[in-house]
Amino acid sequence: MTDCFIYDAVRTPRGKGRKKDGALADAPPLRMAKAVLQALVERGGFDNAEIEDVILGCVEPVGEQGANVGRMAALISGYDDSVPGVQLNRFCSSGLEAVNIAAAKVKAGDVDLIVGGGMESMSRISMGAAGGAWSTDPELAWGTSFVPQGIGADLIATKHGYSRQDVDAFAVESQARAAAAWQGGYFDKSIVPVKDTIGVTMLDRDEHMRPGTTLEDLAQLKPSFEMMGRNFGFDAVAIQKHPEVEQINHVHHAGNSSGIVDGAAAVLLGNKEAGERLDLKPRARIVKSATVGSEPCIMLTGPAPASRTALQKAGMGVSDIDLWEINEAFSSVCLLFMDDMGIDRSVTNVNGGAIAFGHPLGATGAMLLGTMVDELERRDLNTALITLCVGAGMGTSTIIERV
Amino acid sequence: MAIIDYRVEDGIAILTWDDKNRPMNVLSGDALAELSAGIEKAVADDDVKGIILTSGKQGVFVAGGDLQQIESLGSGPIDAEDLLERTGAVLSQLRRMETCGKPVVAALNGVTLGGGYEIALACHRRILVDQRHAQVGLPEAGLGLMPGAGGTQRLPRLIGVQGALGLIMQGKQLGPDKALDKGLVDELVEPEDLIAAAKRWITESGNPTQPWDDKRYKVPGGGADSVTFAQTMMGSNAMTHANTFGNMPSQEAILQSVYEGLLLPMDRAGKVETRQFIRVLQDPTARSMLRTLFFSLQECQKGARRPKDVPRFDVKKVGIVGAGLMGQGIAHVTARAKIDVVLIDRDLASAERGKEKVAKALQRRLDKGRTTADRVEAILSRIHPSESYDDLEGCDAIVEAVFEDRELKARVTKAADAQLGDAAIFASNTSGLPITDLAKASSRPQNFIGLHFFSPVERMQMVEIVVGKETSQETLAKAWDYILKIKKAGIVVNDSPGFYTSRVFGTFISEGNHLLVEGVTPALIENAAKAAGMPMPPLGISDQVGLGTMYKVAKQAEKDAASAGEKWEPSPAQAIIASLIEDHDRWGAYPPPKEDGSPRQPGGFYDYHEGGKNLWPELGAAMSRWIETASAQPSVDLVRRRYVFVQCLEAVRCLEQGVITDIRDGDVGVIMAVGFPAFTGGPFTYIDNYGVEAFVRDADELASQYGERFEPPKLLRDMAAEGKSFYA
Repeated sequence: MTDCFIYDAVRTPRGKGRKKDGALADAPPLRMAKAVLQALVERGGFDNAEIEDVILGCVEPVGEQGANVGRMAALISGYDDSVPGVQLNRFCSSGLEAVNIAAAKVKAGDVDLIVGGGMESMSRISMGAAGGAWSTDPELAWGTSFVPQGIGADLIATKHGYSRQDVDAFAVESQARAAAAWQGGYFDKSIVPVKDTIGVTMLDRDEHMRPGTTLEDLAQLKPSFEMMGRNFGFDAVAIQKHPEVEQINHVHHAGNSSGIVDGAAAVLLGNKEAGERLDLKPRARIVKSATVGSEPCIMLTGPAPASRTALQKAGMGVSDIDLWEINEAFSSVCLLFMDDMGIDRSVTNVNGGAIAFGHPLGATGAMLLGTMVDELERRDLNTALITLCVGAGMGTSTIIERV
Repeated sequence: MAIIDYRVEDGIAILTWDDKNRPMNVLSGDALAELSAGIEKAVADDDVKGIILTSGKQGVFVAGGDLQQIESLGSGPIDAEDLLERTGAVLSQLRRMETCGKPVVAALNGVTLGGGYEIALACHRRILVDQRHAQVGLPEAGLGLMPGAGGTQRLPRLIGVQGALGLIMQGKQLGPDKALDKGLVDELVEPEDLIAAAKRWITESGNPTQPWDDKRYKVPGGGADSVTFAQTMMGSNAMTHANTFGNMPSQEAILQSVYEGLLLPMDRAGKVETRQFIRVLQDPTARSMLRTLFFSLQECQKGARRPKDVPRFDVKKVGIVGAGLMGQGIAHVTARAKIDVVLIDRDLASAERGKEKVAKALQRRLDKGRTTADRVEAILSRIHPSESYDDLEGCDAIVEAVFEDRELKARVTKAADAQLGDAAIFASNTSGLPITDLAKASSRPQNFIGLHFFSPVERMQMVEIVVGKETSQETLAKAWDYILKIKKAGIVVNDSPGFYTSRVFGTFISEGNHLLVEGVTPALIENAAKAAGMPMPPLGISDQVGLGTMYKVAKQAEKDAASAGEKWEPSPAQAIIASLIEDHDRWGAYPPPKEDGSPRQPGGFYDYHEGGKNLWPELGAAMSRWIETASAQPSVDLVRRRYVFVQCLEAVRCLEQGVITDIRDGDVGVIMAVGFPAFTGGPFTYIDNYGVEAFVRDADELASQYGERFEPPKLLRDMAAEGKSFYA
């Protein structure tokens, strides 16, 4: 089978996902996509008509993000009319899934050069805007014991005994690592500033971070899902599904869960020949990827089984991975992943994660992949595994290796 | 026409529904055919400009659908296509009425429920008489059913989804003020103005188009594409799932019907509802609930098992001995039924305290507007506290409600006996002591009977009527006459320790203990019980009842064994309770005070604190001596099945031993008295629906795993072998 190489990976800084003060909120979301798609071509110095498809993840594909933002992004970026585009939705791993599917096309020999990535404006298109049957259709909601994902995160903490202190400590470390990474300039070469129509920079730095956050700061925050869980029946529904639990310990809040932000990311992938022809230097290759389903009520336990599947299919073991990147949707998800895989915090999310930066739903997967490529190079290491928990009970994992 | 009279007045057709063959009008195929014919006649008559639909029954418009028709579907499979066609016909008739081109007014002269209100919803205006008894609503869900004549489609379109779901899912009935406030009716009038008001509306506005047939129509509060609707559905799904544990198909079906139907035109929305309606009927739950909680309960409320040939006995004066919690409750409900009460306790002060408690209970009802000051006054004036048995003279019945102490009960029996005439009956409210034994203290054991009331007496409808060996049929009949007069429902049981309902319930509590000893996680023990439909889980109940009670029983057994020179070993469950009390000073939710009189902190299987309660975290570790190490936790379904099976098996044993003689009593009794899951229709119905043969097979399997308490009794094995079921 053909190898798929990562030739480049760029991302926008993440803007606060709020209309009143989010730096990226006063332009349509496609402007973020335009920034990263144009950057790939400019940095690579090749003709954009070489790109054979643009696959973008987006979780709320309605309104400004509706009607196939893959094609819209290609068009607005000035790509040649011959470059098609498609949008996909694997919820929170959409950005990574876009890369995986793009890679699969390369490996299958269907395309030589392709873009995978994602975008999400959470300020302009709010979470849940796309609606959907899961929570509303009684047959589905009852059959799967639907509860909002924050309840699932709290259920994970309850079942595995992660205390409020445990999840807060994880978050404090995430903020510290994120701040140190910016301080050290680890992201400099991959962040593409977003500019407005008159060429003025809207944002060139992640703006959701709260450097210097302490355990004492976090202790002040009220649990976010307690009221909803207790008063609207969600706790009871979750306990019916997990009857060994007496009551749910609500430990998550805004400070130890992923932030709501805007952002976009794009990854340039291709086979060896395309790189040689266009004089592009391969940075890493996609070793293997896997997505699995898991119990939908607790919802967020998919990363470990997805990672084990990917490792097994790659003929690799846990010890073959140098760096691990698990999306910080909620602290408990990361703690469970580390426990499940038997891995150490020192090699996990080494530069912080979504608790500090925020989680622009459709884009995050591609952002994390780019972060890992940069970090493997910086540390001169070889392998990384990127994984995300996914709504409705799924998990996606991708293994990359430097070349 | 036989059911609906047609006449024309002032150019308005008046259709008067009066089904002479029934005490009340109900929605039936025949009635609907006549209604349709009347509508067509009015439409065809050019001189008729509008139609009024009303009823000839005093205080009742239409009381609902024909429940007998649903019950007659039996327990077998349902012909879905046939039912789809028949229900479809009802829907098209109502649809034709609301699109006939002439304004139709529902002139509601009283009770308008279920199918009756669904007809009213298909009219263009609803005018209701402003009288307290004129209840309006869709109560189907209360019987495990759902509206099937368009109610789940028209009500949300009329008043908005959120309001409609609340009313339909809870089966709420509203009086006139609330019905107007919520938009269920458009206008309230005095009864004598009803027809005039209807005519006036036809003449003055008379819009013959339903709001939902208007092009500019929007669902109040947000339609199918609104965020509000999505949020309402999400919240309702979770709340209902949480509250029903998925045990009530009708609840899910109502939600599904509203969810799927709201965005459709009315012509197509009906079929969405019909599918769900039939789905509810296909599931045994609705038919089981209907049989047990409507038809069988009605028999218990009417005294179907009362000996027929004994003349009716009018109870005018009742003596109640023991003014504690039970005595107060019995005094309350007795006085409320206009019966004079003599309330006796060991001294006058105690008896008066009992009456004060009744006064307080009445005051609470008064504060909530559920009664009037006059009625409270009248009830209290009928309760006469006393310390003298002489005051019992002339009583028609005595209810003994003293502590469960045989000697004390014997003294009360003798003292009361001396004052009683030969016609009077003596009833013990013992919750488990054999009536035949207690009757030995009486000079007239044939007049002695058990009346097992449940707490709180004011709210619990059920009374177990316990017949001792010597109890006469006449006494049984008189006991019936008393409980029917105080508006209770009764089941007849024969004497046996624990009678019927407590015996069945006891097996549930004891199964919880078995699970605990097996090493099943306490949270799973409790959650599985709730999931099975039990109102309270076993460890929680043990705490509520008080661990001291169970402790005393075990101590007594130990003492008895010692005096008989026998060796006695506590069961692991008894050892756990003993240890909770002796080693950890944990007596339950309402502990007795300490020896020095100071209060004791509540605590038992649970810890209690301001925010509520949670299982005592140390339980497993503290009791590890008696708790086996479980290799794996059982599934919640297995634990559920154990709870239900163990109770069903005890119920069958009671039937086999003649403790109960009627399966209807058996089904109703445990649901109403001790919270056996209502959605099952009772233990006998549960076994029938499970399949007797399958039940025996699975009970054998449980017996081989968990002990002989799961062994099916011979009666059940024989039934399985002969392919019989309890009903049928």
